[in-house]
Amino acid sequence: MTQSDPHIVIVGAGQAGLQAAETLRSNAFDGRITLLGNEPHPPYHRPPLSKAWLTDELNPGQLSIRDVSVLERKNIDFRAGVRVSAIDIEDRSVLLHGGDRLAYTGLMLATGATPRRLPHNGAAGDAIRVLRSREDADRIALGLKDCAERELPLIVIGGGFIGLEIAASARKLGIAVTVLEAAPRLLERAFTRELSDWYAQLHLSHGAHLVFDARIASIDATSDGATTIQLADGRSFVAGLAVAGIGVRPNDELAQAAGIACDNGILVDDCGCTSAPNIVAAGDCTVRRLSDGTLLRLESVQNAVEQGRAAALALLGTRKPFVATPWFWSDQYDIKLQIAGLSRGADSHVVRGDMTGHSFSIFHFRAGRLIAVDSINAAKDHMLARQIIGGEVSPTVEQVNDPSFNLATLRAK
Amino acid sequence: MVQITFVEPSGSSTELNVPEGWSLMQAAVTNGVDGIVAECGGSCVCATCHVYVDPERLAEVLPPSEDEIELLDGVKAERRPNSRLSCQIKATPELAGLTITIPECQT
Repeated sequence: MTQSDPHIVIVGAGQAGLQAAETLRSNAFDGRITLLGNEPHPPYHRPPLSKAWLTDELNPGQLSIRDVSVLERKNIDFRAGVRVSAIDIEDRSVLLHGGDRLAYTGLMLATGATPRRLPHNGAAGDAIRVLRSREDADRIALGLKDCAERELPLIVIGGGFIGLEIAASARKLGIAVTVLEAAPRLLERAFTRELSDWYAQLHLSHGAHLVFDARIASIDATSDGATTIQLADGRSFVAGLAVAGIGVRPNDELAQAAGIACDNGILVDDCGCTSAPNIVAAGDCTVRRLSDGTLLRLESVQNAVEQGRAAALALLGTRKPFVATPWFWSDQYDIKLQIAGLSRGADSHVVRGDMTGHSFSIFHFRAGRLIAVDSINAAKDHMLARQIIGGEVSPTVEQVNDPSFNLATLRAK
Repeated sequence: MVQITFVEPSGSSTELNVPEGWSLMQAAVTNGVDGIVAECGGSCVCATCHVYVDPERLAEVLPPSEDEIELLDGVKAERRPNSRLSCQIKATPELAGLTITIPECQT
């Protein structure tokens, strides 16, 4: 092989990396594609790990996104359990752990993110689980079994999406759950106060305990495998299993070390291009500079898939910006939350439907324009929102307030 | 195993033996059948695994839930009476030999 034979190397075999590899193939790229995953599995779905996987409703085959035979058929050279230790931009190569070097003509970074850990070291710190990988989830599932056998509770540190999903799964399994949240309410940054309160009520009604303004003073591993968590106000909790869901850190170390521009994530434009030539990035490891100059970091399947596609096309010389309305979902108990758009900066909120029931949506407006919709068991509102937000016509606050107004009439044609 | 035939947007068809209890989406996606996106991985929240069920055998498939009906309102390709989300159809022995047609687009 000569240096110029087309060879695209993709670092990271999650949603974004897989999407990129398949996009290259479906767009007639016939050079080599190497997809490097640092986990021992072929690409798999992460969202079920906090839900159906924990409650044992899925088998490994169902967790997988593609069978390895499909990757082989598409001539995608997938390698599991491979770590990249450095990128050499001058030499156009990546250095693998173990010393091998892979020359590339195009490089895609889809390195994901790492859960933040509490600042407690040693055995006590290690006793606090986090959830990112299948192995993490398997350890948590074992811990939940242990909780059930020993009749000890699960303590969830952090009332965010992942923590609340794990809490709901544990309640489904009949395990006692306490959620410790540092803020005065659940999902403070994502939700309005009324929606935070609604979710708190949901968890309380399923028997979970919620503790707000929880400042952790100490964590101690007891000799019998339990964990004691002491709060600054003196309260203390004994857990059979403790899991922290306190956010993630984008995996941008490789890019940083190579001199690629990063700012709490690998900086990309709306096509996934980084500051380095022939290097693109996609998914949880990225932060996007929007046209107005603000930075946006999204952790979602949609972002991984759409950015993965745009970044792959960019490597082929086609600029097709990822501009779709962001969307996200969370399943807790029998409640399906779907969020379309970004509600940050909203100045007014309208509830459509009945918050005392189990189906409604909260419409977020900024300066009279609809910017986001949170739908609870209201898939129709969600699908409409994805079509309307970012379009030319925005519904008015009055229209959304009027139950007889049909939002579908505003759908972008 | 339940034999299901998937007709891809290109017109080519793939026969798969789907384990009982798997959704048709899972079988299609893991086996690389073209045209099903399934962005949400089967949570019934994204409407990107839209398919047309053989109209002759529509009655044999369990009817859609309220959620699914609402999502079907938002599918990109033409919605037909036999439109379904393939993540919500579980393989059962009764469906053996069923043909599923995948629309031109999902997003």
